[in-house]
Amino acid sequence: MSDKSIKDPTRRSALKLLGAGAGLAAASSFIPGISRFAHAEGAGPIKLGFQMHSTGIGASYGRWYDRTTQAAVARINEMGGINGREVVIVTEDDGTDPKRGAEVVEKFATQHNCDMVFGTLFSHVVYGSAPRAGELKIPYFVCSEGHHVASGALNRYSMQPGITDVRSQVQAMAPFIANNLGKKITMVYPDFAFGHDHRDYFTAAIEAQGGEVVASIAIPPTETSFTRYFPNIPRETEVLYHVMVGPAVLTFVKELGEFFGPQRPEIFGFLDSLEAVGLNTPGLEFLEGTYFWEGNPRHAQADQSEFDKSFRAAVGVNEMGASIDDPNDISTYSHMFSCWETLNVIKKGMEASGYKGPKDRQSLIEAVEAMTAFEHSDDHPQGAKVMNGKTHQVFGHQFISKVTNGKMVVEHTTSIEDGFYEDAVDYTTQSF
Amino acid sequence: MTKNSLYSHCLHFGTIALLVALFFLLPAYHVGNLSRIMVLAVYAMGFNLLFGYTGLLSLGHALFFATGMYGLGMAMNTFGLPSELALIVGVVCAILVSTAIGLLALRTTGVAFMIVTLMFAQAGYLTVLYFGSYTRGDEGFVIQQAERIFAGVDITGETSRYFAALILFSIVFLLIAYLVRSPFGRTLVAIRENEERTKMLGYDTVRHKLLAVIISGSISGLAGAAYALLFGYVGATFATVQYSIFPLLWVLLGGAGTTLGPLIGVVFMFYLIDLSSELTQAYMLIAGVVLVLLTLFAPQGLAGEIRRKVFKWLP
Repeated sequence: MSDKSIKDPTRRSALKLLGAGAGLAAASSFIPGISRFAHAEGAGPIKLGFQMHSTGIGASYGRWYDRTTQAAVARINEMGGINGREVVIVTEDDGTDPKRGAEVVEKFATQHNCDMVFGTLFSHVVYGSAPRAGELKIPYFVCSEGHHVASGALNRYSMQPGITDVRSQVQAMAPFIANNLGKKITMVYPDFAFGHDHRDYFTAAIEAQGGEVVASIAIPPTETSFTRYFPNIPRETEVLYHVMVGPAVLTFVKELGEFFGPQRPEIFGFLDSLEAVGLNTPGLEFLEGTYFWEGNPRHAQADQSEFDKSFRAAVGVNEMGASIDDPNDISTYSHMFSCWETLNVIKKGMEASGYKGPKDRQSLIEAVEAMTAFEHSDDHPQGAKVMNGKTHQVFGHQFISKVTNGKMVVEHTTSIEDGFYEDAVDYTTQSF
Repeated sequence: MTKNSLYSHCLHFGTIALLVALFFLLPAYHVGNLSRIMVLAVYAMGFNLLFGYTGLLSLGHALFFATGMYGLGMAMNTFGLPSELALIVGVVCAILVSTAIGLLALRTTGVAFMIVTLMFAQAGYLTVLYFGSYTRGDEGFVIQQAERIFAGVDITGETSRYFAALILFSIVFLLIAYLVRSPFGRTLVAIRENEERTKMLGYDTVRHKLLAVIISGSISGLAGAAYALLFGYVGATFATVQYSIFPLLWVLLGGAGTTLGPLIGVVFMFYLIDLSSELTQAYMLIAGVVLVLLTLFAPQGLAGEIRRKVFKWLP
């Protein structure tokens, strides 16, 4: 911050300026705002503010993020909590809206007296909320897969230690696609920032593998029918790369099937399109034999790890990726592990920094920045990871699955290194 | 000074004094909320000038709010302008856009005016997405804390942000109070009540309505620019139809055609959502029921009902 600027006076100093200090002391017990300064250090439970997409476009994700969070916290508390203290989750709905997201961060920090905030998924909510977290100096752990944190657009208080970002995911797909599916790619993506990230990062990554994007077809977000876009797919296309989100994906797949019939190119998509949607949904039969990126395999694989078994049991997901209680309630398995793993990173960070209360928030950030790797374990059931403390971003394995008899079977697991890229920021050089 | 005028002065300056006092009395969370509420109330006041006083229902005011927001945000992030200049850029952009929209949309009336403004706003939203390389589309972008210095003051802190919002609110609040009591404002009310008769009396109603659109759009744009500057985020969400409906709700709840109504409406809606969301995830249902009840039993809005039943002088 510029030295020339006038630092923001606190309300207390403003009151002193008014000569009301003595009166304030006498009245403090009657003014609810004053009580927030009396937050006891090191006593009582650790309060984690969970910014949840309960309503709005992210609600299906939010429901599963909540279940995962509750399961993770129950496990942490069973193991004795953090630094001997119980962990309590305070949940607020952000409506998947950036304005409300910022308000919720403020509420966690100044009304609920939370120790930190975590759990945001949708990128626009992260962008809207992170500035307030930085101003309020409260750690903000996002579970979003957006490239926002690693791009350097946010601030030192924002971290993403539980899930790989989209740039890394997209980049890691390129070698498999170029070597196994084809080198002439047509991309179909939604015409907003998430789609543009795919377009930009995948185009560069596939060119590095000797392939090329022969056509980029951006679909306006208000579109409900896609047939008129398909004639723009060049005949030379060897691989159709698609990433569609929202309810229109069902129409997209159905119309794609009607357009191509049995004579189709190889098809590769991101499972973001079908999170919380069953592959047995009518209209999705066309996906048989196509490939998907998965952040964590939805269907239990033949070589399923013990960690994945434990994780599924804890969050209440069966081997087909649906709720144990309701087979029609499909999980967001490719993303929801991020809440689990983030909470375990927070636990490690608090233990490493000897966290007692809000005055130790900076030590917590430094402790997470100092982390370098996470072992594949019950704490990290999705897989091993490498943490980049400078960019506040974690890197992990990605999975490429083929739809075979209605089940997604993992064909390839990328190395962590496949997703590495040059650092765009060094948050550790920023002041708190 | 007439008695009503004296009451009006007391009400307006009293409201500002109350907002100053609340800063010292309220807990930090509510102080933060009030900062936000005051900026949104500026947006609502801009809308109220057109809807409440002129009788023109726009469903596209998010376009003006977002224009101010992106005008400031891109001036700072893309062109590196200081915040003071960027604020001017944001407002100038809003003036230009509202002039253009006014010239086109005022060729229509009634329902057609609503639809035309709605469609322009939707076009604006899609334009933001289309130029995503510059605007970052739906994700939006952050204005870094270090850049948010205004007139040498770091406006990212609790105190400075609150008083920046209060100064902005007070200026627009008093300006609107003056405007609606001026001959210009009374002509707008006359247009609202009976445009044909106003025209027959010799007033250039087209010019007055165009000016109302421009002033209303510019104030909304100013609110958008201030919101971006004070809270550090610029995003396409603010250009969606939802953010065109919000000021309509705020003004209807608070009282259309009253100077205090927009502030009351924003406070009411903000805390209705905030408090009901603590009770249930179906908080929008609670909000909906309350809105229906208010519409049934207080059709003129909260301030409007107070004016109808108690204080006839309420401006």
